[in-house]
Amino acid sequence: MKEVKEYEKDIASIRNMMERSVKFISLSGLSGVMAGMYALIGAAVAYFISHYPISPFRMRIYSVNEPGILWKLLVIAIIVLVASISTGLWFSNRKAKKANVKLWTSTSRQLVVNLAIPLVSGGLFILILLYTSHYGIAAPACLLFYGLALIQASSNTYDEVRYLGFTEIILGLTSALLPGYGLLFWTLGFGVMHIIYGTMMHLKYDK
Amino acid sequence: MKNPFEHLDKVLEHSVRLQIMSVLVANDAYDFNSLKDILGLTDGSIASHIKALEKEKYISISKSFIDKKPNTKYKSTERGRTVFKKHLDALEQLIKQQKK
Repeated sequence: MKEVKEYEKDIASIRNMMERSVKFISLSGLSGVMAGMYALIGAAVAYFISHYPISPFRMRIYSVNEPGILWKLLVIAIIVLVASISTGLWFSNRKAKKANVKLWTSTSRQLVVNLAIPLVSGGLFILILLYTSHYGIAAPACLLFYGLALIQASSNTYDEVRYLGFTEIILGLTSALLPGYGLLFWTLGFGVMHIIYGTMMHLKYDK
Repeated sequence: MKNPFEHLDKVLEHSVRLQIMSVLVANDAYDFNSLKDILGLTDGSIASHIKALEKEKYISISKSFIDKKPNTKYKSTERGRTVFKKHLDALEQLIKQQKK
């Protein structure tokens, strides 16, 4: 007959295995903070291209109707996206190495698939919006689809990702109600929120 | 549960088998290499425990090929999940009883 301690150890190991096998724990909070910084820089550049010298807090609907601006904004968005993903991979890889686990596991594969489905459909949808000149709801659509992707992916990682997802959805819907403030909401959702949640996750899990 | 010891599962008393079952209950499916990584054990010892679990029909095995490399996936069966849950309940019960 085993001791009580042994049974407690059994239960602890069950919990540990279930969590580690389901959750991608190499996700680094710092990568969120960096993604937020890139988004802030990107938003600042976008502001100077499209709004300046009008105050960023004033409504501006027709900014993207001027020729060439749409392409510039699109290029900025893609640079921010690529920089964020590479930094995220780099930080997460570092964290995985430190913890002596592999980055590419069946859990992280699951996470990528879960993220990709809403993100790719959203990305294509937004390109179609731009192509058909529906500029006003492109920014809210970014926030909405990103929020949905995060919620979808959150079952495989930390709970904060789910809360960030809900925050993005709320911002996206509010932004859709207030046309003309797209850039402002985009900056809040992709810049400020990433920094806030990234810092929270860094303090909680990266130590 | 009057006597939780009766509900403990003999096969799952072994900690590696219990861990393998935990992973397979929490996930739809898991492949051999990922299982090896997460448990941190050698091929041989995992294979023997998997065999034991398969013999009891607690898990099912599906083999396929990805890029001509064999890819073996494991899933928990209905029977496996039921036994696992009973075992877990019995563990909890035992701890509760002995703490009184």
